[in-house]
Amino acid sequence: MQKDFRLEWRQRAALNGMLLYVGSTVFVCYLSFSLRGGQLPAPAWNALFWIVLLFSAVNAVAKGFLQESRGRMLYYYTVVRPQAVILAKISYNALLLLGLALVAFSLYALVLGNPVQNVGLFVGNVLLGAVGFASTLTLVSGIAAKATNSSTLMAVLGFPLMVPMLLLLIKVSKNALDGLEFEASQSSLLTLVALNMIVGAVSYLLFPFLWRS
Amino acid sequence: MKKNWWKALAVVLLLYVAVAGLLMPVPRLAILNESIRNLYFHVPMWFGMTFILVASVYYSVRYLRTPTPELDILAHESAKTGILMGVVGLATGSIWARYTWGAWWTNDPKLNGAAIAMLIYGAYLVLRSSFTDEQQRARISAIYNIFAFATAMPLFYILPRLTDSLHPGAGGNPAFAKYDLDSNMRLVFYPAVIGWTLLAFWLAQVASRLSLLKQKVYEKQLA
Repeated sequence: MQKDFRLEWRQRAALNGMLLYVGSTVFVCYLSFSLRGGQLPAPAWNALFWIVLLFSAVNAVAKGFLQESRGRMLYYYTVVRPQAVILAKISYNALLLLGLALVAFSLYALVLGNPVQNVGLFVGNVLLGAVGFASTLTLVSGIAAKATNSSTLMAVLGFPLMVPMLLLLIKVSKNALDGLEFEASQSSLLTLVALNMIVGAVSYLLFPFLWRS
Repeated sequence: MKKNWWKALAVVLLLYVAVAGLLMPVPRLAILNESIRNLYFHVPMWFGMTFILVASVYYSVRYLRTPTPELDILAHESAKTGILMGVVGLATGSIWARYTWGAWWTNDPKLNGAAIAMLIYGAYLVLRSSFTDEQQRARISAIYNIFAFATAMPLFYILPRLTDSLHPGAGGNPAFAKYDLDSNMRLVFYPAVIGWTLLAFWLAQVASRLSLLKQKVYEKQLA
């Protein structure tokens, strides 16, 4: 699994592209809001942040399986167990998304102002979000890679599946923005962890079947 | 007849629900008035949908263990029936909301959750239509079906409970079961749940038989 993870890391050509993608998206947001010449209200800041993350997550993770060549897939198939592949992909994607999210957050805070009052909670929330997005989208990209019109399918399958997670994430990060105490978001965070575990476990169980075909 | 007793039961129960549900006395409550009778039609839809989707997941799991075209068809038709029940549930709820809340749709966690869950299952249909190879389609849609079930059920049963909601049974609003479901209403409500669930299974069975037959005819034409 360690080796698989390193293989994944080695072909990080897409990484710079993703960083640029996030950077330019944030900048577009900044430019379009600077026309009004005012500070963004907190709910809009929050919503925009998660939309940027959502789209960059879909784009980043979609590369995972879609750009994999057939020969390499066959090679993995003979060398490692499918469970190792899915775990490596999920953890790689989680790290990738976390990195992207932190970059996005710092850029975003730089140009649009930082209304977050409870940074610890906010970052923890982003961490949970990265893990959740990664485990949902990795399986979805595996599914979409098998189909004919995979890039549309990725969005169609991925967005509704991520909505339950996204609702909780937006709620918790709104709490973090307003600087509410930890107790206010405790139950949402727990549900988020449970949801992540459900999705992760289901991906772990289902991936061997997907892999075989 | 021995095998089909449950279909007769479904017909009898639904006839009873239609007659008794519309004519039996109901408690007089402010705002709700006669619209409380929607309990016999709206709520059982979601019960039926949940049961038929559980059946669909069961067939999908069985398909992954032993791949046969029959199991794939059963899973697909069950999921389609579940979607139909969900859409009817949304429609009955929407009509009810128009007369009690004054709007067809409100920004309510329970409503949005149900709508998104329907989108998740809509994606299942899109996914099925984007494969040409039948075995691959069957296998991958079985995988997605299980995954979709795992993410859609929290939308129905967990997330709306975390927030306030206008919907009866949440956010301090009276649930039907709490005090205004008197024993008269139970006499109709429980048969309604059983009847609509049986109807859902019947629909799925008929649809699966139809598509199996279509497949057989198609194979005969090829031969």
